[in-house]
Amino acid sequence: MSRSSLKKRGGKMHQFIIIDPDLCTGCETCESVCSFVHDGEFNPINTRIHRVRIEPVFNIALACQKCEDAPCIRSCPEKALTKNEETGSIIVDDDKCNGCAFCIRACDFGVINLHIDSQKALICDLCEGMKEDFIDPEVGKTEPQCIAVCPKEAISLKNVEQIGEETRMDAVKRLFGDVSEFGSK
Amino acid sequence: MSKAKEITLPDNVKGYSQVRLDVDLTSGKIAKSTLSGEFCRDWIGGYGFGAKILWDELKPGVDPLSPENVFVWAIGPFPTTILPTSSKYGVFAKSPLTGMFGMAISSGSVGAQARRAGINAIVIKGKASEPVYMVVDDDDYYIEPCEKTLWGKGNFETEELLREEFQDQRLAVMSIGQAGERLSKLACITNDRNRQAGRTGMGAVMGSKNLKAIAFRGTKGLKVAYPAEFYKLAKKLIKVANGPATAKYRDLGTPSGITSYNKLGMFPTMNYREGTWEEIDNGAFTGDTLNEDWVVKKVACSQCSIACDHLARVPKTHPEYPNLVASIDVEMCYSFGSNTGCKDWPTIFKCVSLCDDLGIDAISGGVTASMACELYEVGLITKKDLGYELPFGSTTNLARFTEEMILGKGFVGEIFGDGCRQAGIRLEELGRKNAGYYGMHIKGLEMPAFDLHGMNSFAVGESVSIRGACHLRNGAYGLDAKGNFDRFGYDKPLERGKAIIKLEDIYAIIDSYVICKFTRGIYENDAEMAKVYELVTGIPHTEESINKRGAAILNLSKCFNIREGWTRADDHPPEKFFKDAHTKGPAKGVVLKEEGFQKLLSGYYEARGWDTKTGIPTDETLKSLGLDFVIGKLKPAGGK
Repeated sequence: MSRSSLKKRGGKMHQFIIIDPDLCTGCETCESVCSFVHDGEFNPINTRIHRVRIEPVFNIALACQKCEDAPCIRSCPEKALTKNEETGSIIVDDDKCNGCAFCIRACDFGVINLHIDSQKALICDLCEGMKEDFIDPEVGKTEPQCIAVCPKEAISLKNVEQIGEETRMDAVKRLFGDVSEFGSK
Repeated sequence: MSKAKEITLPDNVKGYSQVRLDVDLTSGKIAKSTLSGEFCRDWIGGYGFGAKILWDELKPGVDPLSPENVFVWAIGPFPTTILPTSSKYGVFAKSPLTGMFGMAISSGSVGAQARRAGINAIVIKGKASEPVYMVVDDDDYYIEPCEKTLWGKGNFETEELLREEFQDQRLAVMSIGQAGERLSKLACITNDRNRQAGRTGMGAVMGSKNLKAIAFRGTKGLKVAYPAEFYKLAKKLIKVANGPATAKYRDLGTPSGITSYNKLGMFPTMNYREGTWEEIDNGAFTGDTLNEDWVVKKVACSQCSIACDHLARVPKTHPEYPNLVASIDVEMCYSFGSNTGCKDWPTIFKCVSLCDDLGIDAISGGVTASMACELYEVGLITKKDLGYELPFGSTTNLARFTEEMILGKGFVGEIFGDGCRQAGIRLEELGRKNAGYYGMHIKGLEMPAFDLHGMNSFAVGESVSIRGACHLRNGAYGLDAKGNFDRFGYDKPLERGKAIIKLEDIYAIIDSYVICKFTRGIYENDAEMAKVYELVTGIPHTEESINKRGAAILNLSKCFNIREGWTRADDHPPEKFFKDAHTKGPAKGVVLKEEGFQKLLSGYYEARGWDTKTGIPTDETLKSLGLDFVIGKLKPAGGK
């Protein structure tokens, strides 16, 4: 992942994991890996990214949208959730979290759950908290493992501007067709 | 135990949960016990567990549809890890279709959910007094009556109802449809809508026990023996699994084979009258057209990096099947397509969907329909029998036939509702002479998508298959298709036998691990396949020792067949391959020669260390594989 993808622009960081439903096959590998790199065991019930399959054909996964004014943070009676201003990730303070699940009720995307053993809130941290043993020596630092492992490269980390830009490009292509020779006589 | 004995067990075996459940449906009692580390090491999982448990616990000669049959469900050490295609399970019992070793393997979410519930094997005996389903919800195991809720329902609805009941869309459900309830010998088990444990009538065994479904879910994690090393290797395998080794399964899916097999004259057409089809030659019926015109989505089983499940959708404007979605692979393109002469894709999708939902094996179903088409053409069944016409190339009537066959309705249900072999017997009893000749099966199991005209190595490979006609016991079609041997010749019987065995032993391990044969090519070699087992379980199997265990598992299931009355004559392709040749294509004019076939078959037996006359393993061979416990117990009990 290049440095530019993690750069704050205008002092704000609003980037998150997005999944392309055209590419997602619903294989759940992201969920398994998420639990594994954080806990050292495969248990997708403790995932921070969630596959959704609507039968018969639709597949996607969802993870924390890192809302600017996050309802989960506002709803937490224990003040256990804080926003990391550098990365935009919402960080759970396990010492404060009492498993009341208000954050789960507040989240509009259903991407928070409680760890089945510890009953502490689980929110995507872009793998900042992954175990060091599993860091790829060639990369040398933590990075979202769901992206690294997704067999179909359906998962990416994007900021809001990138998403808008890509959508605009697609819209223009739809509206104007092939514009590579626009204006030529 | 031979080579395996030299493999030292670690203090703690990982991967395996080692939990076995014994379910007595007659009394309703469920007991829990531990599978020993030695048992796991020696029998690996899936197929190996099934073979050992059935040998030890199934009384020889029982009626497969009686309470005395034993139904084994088993996984290996891998489900819920990220090893590609690891979420697989196998079911094993005496087959009502073949009367011999029955086995079927499926994927989806069942293996992974069951492992998270902490289950390794379930052994089901007896018969419930009323329709029931079983629940494995972590450590909570129970039987629930379902006569009023699920019985009579199709597989799709059964799964939906149970997921609603549990308020859990991730609940894994394996169930039988109406066909399994009525004990059709073709009955399959369906899970996750599109995944089937299809072959050898395992759904009928569930039905005979009044067992409609098993639902699984769990919350337990799985720790592997060497986490960092395993993660590294698994990541590599996931990458390779999206490289050239599996491209055909991912891109066009297995239907890419339609064109290549057609070129070789081995894509069965019109019930094996031909091995080539003009509709394939002209590009109308190919993997390309299927994908471009019909496939809308590729979907994966849990923790599978390939995603071979190609979902085809009929447009909402279609007059008969608007919005129908079906899961399609090459076998269905053959069984309900070329082999019935049907080139109408929506009809094929409809037939496949009926099979998956109402619950029969779509290979056996299509091949039985193909038999009916040919019987209609030669006048052995008529419009008067059926109430409609059924020539090769039928569409609406093919779907109608399929539904009647599955549900056991009318003449079609009575005659064809239990597959080709029974249809032949029943028609001949009605005086329709030689009707059985048109049933394309080996040992009672309908044939998969490979012609045997001029496929001499595979003629042996498919004939010796433990579960009856099958391309997945050794995949020996590759030996002919790739030109390893003269496909039209009968030379090198011992070498051919050895080549088949080399495939067959490692296939037995793949079915025991249980992983998918599509990933055979992602491992650098068998040593890497042994390595991944060690990294997960901590049991240091080697290339040599896993292959030896593969041979032991294969031999044990063979011994099961012998005990049930198998003889050399059972390892034989249908007569049609010896009498009727193709009229065109690469195998034009070619028939199998009995003498040559028998020579190759003896070569296989010799390579296996089996008596070359009888095909029965010698005591020496059994001892070398650690199967001493079998010696002296091979007297046929009958009931085949």
